[in-house]
Amino acid sequence: MTSLVACDSSFMIKSLYEFHIPGIDYTFQLDTTHVAMLIVSVFIIVMAIIARVKISKVNATDTPGKFQCTIELIIEMLGNMVDGIMGKNATRFVNYITALFIFIICSNLAGLFGLRPPTADYGVTVALGVITFVMVHFCGIKAKGVKHFTAMCKPLPLTPINIIGEFAVPLSLSLRLFGNIMSGTVLMGLIYDLVGRFALVIPAFLHGYLDLFSGCIQAYVFCMLTMVYVNDKIAED
Amino acid sequence: MNISGQEFIQAMSAIGAGIAMIAGVGPGVGQGIAAGHGAAAVGRNPGAKSDITSTMLLGQAVAETTGLYGFAVAIILMFVQPFK
Repeated sequence: MTSLVACDSSFMIKSLYEFHIPGIDYTFQLDTTHVAMLIVSVFIIVMAIIARVKISKVNATDTPGKFQCTIELIIEMLGNMVDGIMGKNATRFVNYITALFIFIICSNLAGLFGLRPPTADYGVTVALGVITFVMVHFCGIKAKGVKHFTAMCKPLPLTPINIIGEFAVPLSLSLRLFGNIMSGTVLMGLIYDLVGRFALVIPAFLHGYLDLFSGCIQAYVFCMLTMVYVNDKIAED
Repeated sequence: MNISGQEFIQAMSAIGAGIAMIAGVGPGVGQGIAAGHGAAAVGRNPGAKSDITSTMLLGQAVAETTGLYGFAVAIILMFVQPFK
């Protein structure tokens, strides 16, 4: 059937290659999200390996170079962010939050480099949301045991609402990230279709707002809310 | 002019997507209120500017969620087309 809008417009997920797996009736599609996510992951891994090798060679008396200063700035900033929210539990979660933040921010900024951002695919963000959901409840059960479940029925008539509230956490987290990045991607696609080959100055401002500002804010908010939810469950009362 | 049932459904989906984006009004008002109070707080206590800004941005991002639900509904109506 004919589609409402041209579905090969530049902001939709495009299938690049199709594998027909013999034996089972399933077609695996390699689409733009897979490729973009692979590029982002390889970039992060390569940078991490370079940083690891460089930092291990450093003497305490050396003057730090540009790369080392940047890495130290990022790690220190994220460490302070986790410290400010979680306090004495910070050392347990700083690795996860740092990895999450760097992955989300690199994915969001991938739109600047001509890739379709991986976080503009609901499959990616819902996975991140479910990881947070499982981690929140795992930490809650580990810290409080059975009390973790009895705390949900605190005012007894409100038990169903509390349970719905727990399941709304991954949904709202993933939809917030997806919606922001997707709306940026849709707007940029429409603007590039509108201005055509005269895409000189106008898209730059929109890239600045929709990709840089919105992407950084959403990465910050995702990590912040993850920390707040975890902290809420493991706090002693 | 003859309109088939299929075309009617498509037209109604487009109208529905437009109506769903009315949800953008709420977050606009909410974020504006948050930004206004943030500005007032910075004016009262300029030393706490960074704390106020981060709290304001977090609150605004949470307030934005309902608008994004509307956006998700609009995108689904336009591109996924559940009512074929």
